[in-house]
Amino acid sequence: MTAAGVPVRPGLFTGGDAPRLLGSRCRSCRRHCFPRAGTCPYCAGSETEPVELSGTGALWAWTAVTTAPPGYRGDVPYGLGVVELPEGVRVVTRLTEADPGALHEGQAMTLVTVPLHHDEEGRAVLAYAFAPRGRAVGPGRGAGPT
Amino acid sequence: MSREVEVAGVGIHPFGRFEDRTITDMGVAAVRTALDEAGVGPGGFQAAFCGTAYGGVASGHKVLTRLGMTGMPIVDVEAGCASGSAALMLAAGAIRGGAHDTVLVFGIEKMPKGMIRSSFFEPWQEEAGLSATPAYFALRAQRLMRTSGVTKEHLAAVVVKNRRHGVTNPDAMFRAEVEAAAVLGSRVVAEPLHLWMLCSPNEGAAAVVLRAAGTGGGGGPRVRLRSAVVRSHLPGSVLSESTPLSGLVEDDAPAATTLAATAAYEEAGVGPGELDVVECQDTDAARELLSYEELGLCAPGGAAALVDEGATTLGGRLPVNPSGGLLSKGEPLGASALGQIVELVHQLRGDAPNQVEGARLALAHTVGRGANAGVVVLSR
Repeated sequence: MTAAGVPVRPGLFTGGDAPRLLGSRCRSCRRHCFPRAGTCPYCAGSETEPVELSGTGALWAWTAVTTAPPGYRGDVPYGLGVVELPEGVRVVTRLTEADPGALHEGQAMTLVTVPLHHDEEGRAVLAYAFAPRGRAVGPGRGAGPT
Repeated sequence: MSREVEVAGVGIHPFGRFEDRTITDMGVAAVRTALDEAGVGPGGFQAAFCGTAYGGVASGHKVLTRLGMTGMPIVDVEAGCASGSAALMLAAGAIRGGAHDTVLVFGIEKMPKGMIRSSFFEPWQEEAGLSATPAYFALRAQRLMRTSGVTKEHLAAVVVKNRRHGVTNPDAMFRAEVEAAAVLGSRVVAEPLHLWMLCSPNEGAAAVVLRAAGTGGGGGPRVRLRSAVVRSHLPGSVLSESTPLSGLVEDDAPAATTLAATAAYEEAGVGPGELDVVECQDTDAARELLSYEELGLCAPGGAAALVDEGATTLGGRLPVNPSGGLLSKGEPLGASALGQIVELVHQLRGDAPNQVEGARLALAHTVGRGANAGVVVLSR
């Protein structure tokens, strides 16, 4: 499931019911990176191919932000963490769970999109986030497939 | 042949909040003190490097214009939290290579209160809540706790230690002791980090005059600059101070601090076991403990034991942050690295407020966004 709205920045993730992060794979060293990049940040290779990264992964590190950082207009607290994807990538991401005590290392996580705030035209501005798999996160927030 | 470099003079403007003073005012105060100590007047130095991250265009020029000391190259240096280290590295290199005999290095900063707003982040990252700098510190702290014996109590112990050290530092912002229970009772900024475990961005200035050994007069103990190294990160670690949006599961690359420390030890011809006193980056309490590992002060996983033994407190076998650290002083980005040098030069001269008896070999460490890690080794 995914929330309706416009992405906070085009080119980061796909929409639809099962969103995916848009990354790249280096044709030379075969390593993946996110966001998408024309050059490989690991081997300086200049040929990369676009890939859709896995929508599920394992939680590796997590916390919650309790004070709004500069330039942020959404709600606090919100979860922030790192999720490991099967491609061998660790992604920095928002988490739908803002209680660090409710999460554990290795927990199965699913990519969703979440509304940050509304723009001048009243549209929801969306970011990518990972949700504990199988856990509903409330109406309008989007929850991963169980 | 490469020449030896020595510290001819140091000066500091206290770190804190000074509504009635500009960043230039603070720089002038620190530079004057350092030049007076060195016995250097107009025309007495051939280059100046000014560390600042938020100062803006020609920050260094504005300080030296006020002093009527211009004409030489004046270069502002931005390397995040390691801006002062980078300025020192450039100055030392210019002296070693013979380009100059005497170089002025200073760092200045005047930062707004609260969470740092950094132009490092793209607007969309701010909008998405990904620019919460303390949260990245928190993720690093959590990983340290999960891979070693470090607990929240150890984090509190670091704060208690550094705040106790800071009581006697006239240039520190916070000069009151705190108890562990109060640290753990302060509000959670980003689990596991509580407010008092984080240093405060603030204001201040510090200055160091370097010269080729043997080119100046004056008595007193000579302090030699043995190495001044800055390194950036290698790709791979998702929690590196380069603050990437992704990293690798196989992140076996050494940290920027480890790269800088390894090079600094080699250049100085010393090892971490020989150090008498250390000033290290305690942006947050966990960062100090991580630095113990990355600087080689202990084996990986050994930071908690150093705290338990009291090894890094005053009177321990390797006091760390006798100045009170950034947790007591606050962190004016461009000035903080040179503030460490001011403390260590006094330690090596034997006249520091929290004197480590017989200190002969000292190390200063800074690390921050970039990534930039600076390691400086000084000796008497």
